[in-house]
Amino acid sequence: MASETLTPEVEAAVKAAKDRLDAHTYEIVQWHFHESTGCPFWLEKKKEFNFDPLTEVKCYDDLKKFPLFEDEWLRGGPVRRWVPAQYQDKPIYVFETGGTTGIPKSRIAIDDFRTDYSNFSETLPDEYFPKGANWLMLGPSGPRRLRLAVEHLAQVRGGICFCIDLDPRWVIKLIKKGQMDQLEAYKQHCIDQAITVLTAGHDVKCMFGTPKLIESLCLGLEEKGTSLAEAGITGIFSGGTEFTPQWTRYCIEELFGGGPEESGIYMTPTYGNTLMGLACSKPVTPEDNYKISYYAPQPRAVTEVVSFDDPNELVAFGETGRVKLTTLTKEFFVPGFLERDEGEREMPYMKYPWDGVSGVRPFHGFASSTTVGVY
Amino acid sequence: MLNIPAIRWGKPYDSLEKEDVVHFSTGEPIAQLSQVGGGILKRDMKKAQSARDALLEFSPEEILDKMATAGKLYLEADLPIGDGSQTPEAFVHAQSASTGLPEHMCRANMQKNAFVMQNMTQILDSLTRGLDLNILARGYGKEPARDVMLSYQAQSPVLGAVLPSNSPGVHTLWLPAVALQLGLVLKPGGKEPWTPYRIFSAMVEAGLPAEAFSLYPGAGGDVGSALLSSVDRAMVFGGQQTIDQYAGNPKVQPHGPGFSKILLGDDVVDDWPQYLDLMVQSVFANSGRSCINASGIWASRHTKEIAQAIAEKIGPTEIKDPTDDEAALAAFTMPGMAPAVWNMIESDLAEDGVTDYTAPYGDRLVQMERCDYLKPMVIHAESPEKQVASKEYMFPFVSVVECPQDQMIKKMGYSLICTAITGDDKFARELVNATHIDRLNIGPIPTHKVDWLQPHEGNIIEFLFRSRAYQSAPVQVAAT
Repeated sequence: MASETLTPEVEAAVKAAKDRLDAHTYEIVQWHFHESTGCPFWLEKKKEFNFDPLTEVKCYDDLKKFPLFEDEWLRGGPVRRWVPAQYQDKPIYVFETGGTTGIPKSRIAIDDFRTDYSNFSETLPDEYFPKGANWLMLGPSGPRRLRLAVEHLAQVRGGICFCIDLDPRWVIKLIKKGQMDQLEAYKQHCIDQAITVLTAGHDVKCMFGTPKLIESLCLGLEEKGTSLAEAGITGIFSGGTEFTPQWTRYCIEELFGGGPEESGIYMTPTYGNTLMGLACSKPVTPEDNYKISYYAPQPRAVTEVVSFDDPNELVAFGETGRVKLTTLTKEFFVPGFLERDEGEREMPYMKYPWDGVSGVRPFHGFASSTTVGVY
Repeated sequence: MLNIPAIRWGKPYDSLEKEDVVHFSTGEPIAQLSQVGGGILKRDMKKAQSARDALLEFSPEEILDKMATAGKLYLEADLPIGDGSQTPEAFVHAQSASTGLPEHMCRANMQKNAFVMQNMTQILDSLTRGLDLNILARGYGKEPARDVMLSYQAQSPVLGAVLPSNSPGVHTLWLPAVALQLGLVLKPGGKEPWTPYRIFSAMVEAGLPAEAFSLYPGAGGDVGSALLSSVDRAMVFGGQQTIDQYAGNPKVQPHGPGFSKILLGDDVVDDWPQYLDLMVQSVFANSGRSCINASGIWASRHTKEIAQAIAEKIGPTEIKDPTDDEAALAAFTMPGMAPAVWNMIESDLAEDGVTDYTAPYGDRLVQMERCDYLKPMVIHAESPEKQVASKEYMFPFVSVVECPQDQMIKKMGYSLICTAITGDDKFARELVNATHIDRLNIGPIPTHKVDWLQPHEGNIIEFLFRSRAYQSAPVQVAAT
């Protein structure tokens, strides 16, 4: 199907990207499974495999030889077993995700989060994300990657980042206990912190915010007779499965008061997590009904939309499947991790000549048991 | 297929997110319902006063006339809904198809809602104890018979309601708000958007201002929570957990299980066969879905015979197509709900002294491809301490509980409706004094028989208005 609809230029770019991905895959697998460079976890795991990654993984498709990555492997320690041999003496961060269903999943990081966000920075339009502008980070804090990553993004663009306190695990507990008044109070506490920063003369022009918090911030500012635009914000990046076309439309049309030309506020959706880094979005337009399509930062990470029945089989373009993630960096190797999300497979295009995914939402098999919309 | 938008102060809003409303047994989509988020609702609520202002443009008498017209239109007219329209029969068919409620019960509920709209003048006259509605509209006024100033302050410009999908009769509870010149902010049930949309259409067709109405279909956890937190007076319909969550919140009136009961006094219990039909109907009407259905029958003796007799009447009930006028059972359309209920009942049945009198009539849980049924159950509990004595489920289910009369009031627990069949004045007086009984029927009155001239689940006037002092004196203003 791709070859029927792609232009020759895009097809050529797709091929070049695939070649780069194959070469990168080979290099990363060599790194993680060689005794001199690999981490204890993978070197130990290698003994269970019926193939030798060093000799039998030559391209991206060969990663199918690995069993699916189990997120349980990330729960519990020792966390140092994930540190590649050559990085043992580097300063190590640990980022956590989950944590409401028992022991959180942990991943180690050294510079990946900085690299991811430096790369992402290149995609931001300077007109709305002015270099040197200060930032507000309105999202989960604590042991999550996001706070440091956004702070780095601000710094790499020459700005200083202001942060708020937000513990999503407490939010989930409140939801599960049905203490919606307490939830509202906690959300208000977070918004109050944000409004204080925005109105304290810090010249904040850019921000990260989760959809729910952006919404609450806008409503909070309206309560005070002002707006996000009046508070000086011109560029927002946001992310998560709650970032739906309908929410985007409501946000742009009603909370911001129009598209960037009219309101002066540009918002870009992203899809990211502790394992992958940050997938960027194709520009979101009213003409396209605010459709949001994400493209992973290949070759450092790859997202595929795979059959619900067979995780090694891609669905056709436009079809629905589960999101499968592969992370390929020297710090961390995650082959074939089935995300808790599903979506539709999107065509490559010139800027991102590889598969994308749209309509990302919680995997229907989990939907009833997952607490969505944490922050 | 109908495309049904949200309504934001009378204006349709077609969301990019839609949910199919599907036929409960075939899975076939009947309509697409726009889904909106809580943020939209919260933001719209800043204009809530405009809804009341729009209604205050009319006199209470004009509104009551229009409501009566709306009741007739609701019952008889072809009314717009989304990008199409619905005849009364199409409405009944759609409601039955998405909720699993037999069609003849949908028609009966339709009559109930129409009756309330058409008789709102008398209902409000009764609920306000004859107060001139202009006093509520203006906020103050003199009582005509005495020279006494009265003042009532509306506690919110709108009434909000997070509506259920299970019983279309409950919509009668929020209808008086319009006549009291309060706007309506509704979150329709995902499987039963039909009634609120049809009432909205009927009211607008009858000449009431569309800008007084908002309907926000969407996820309960998001738009439902937003509604309850941003409207100063709201109703919510749900289970015991919902009731507990909002208990003590003056802004929210929660409606949940009724735990309605019939008590047979010692003076009449030997004549119990005389009241058998009343008991059966109280348990069985509307497929046992309402909070006003009896879930407990308490007596000091003959309880096993009573359980046996009721079981003989309702135990053999068969599942019939919802279009069949004889259909008496509604389907459970939410996957997994009926088996979960059945598991709870099985656990209660394991207790000593608890007997299922409907066991001889075959399996109670009937699982189908896309829906399930629970057939009527009559359980005998030899004492009030048995777990089953305090249970209520959304199908014809009753516990017949053996309990000495002098312990009934203490042990029966909360009752939305209590029908006490007794001529014992002392017992009746004690029941009047019991604070855990809401509606009290003394004598052979079925629990589901509603007198619309009485408060229903709390007096809505007391919920929406606050009585206050108001004094005024002339002020001399300098000429300009």
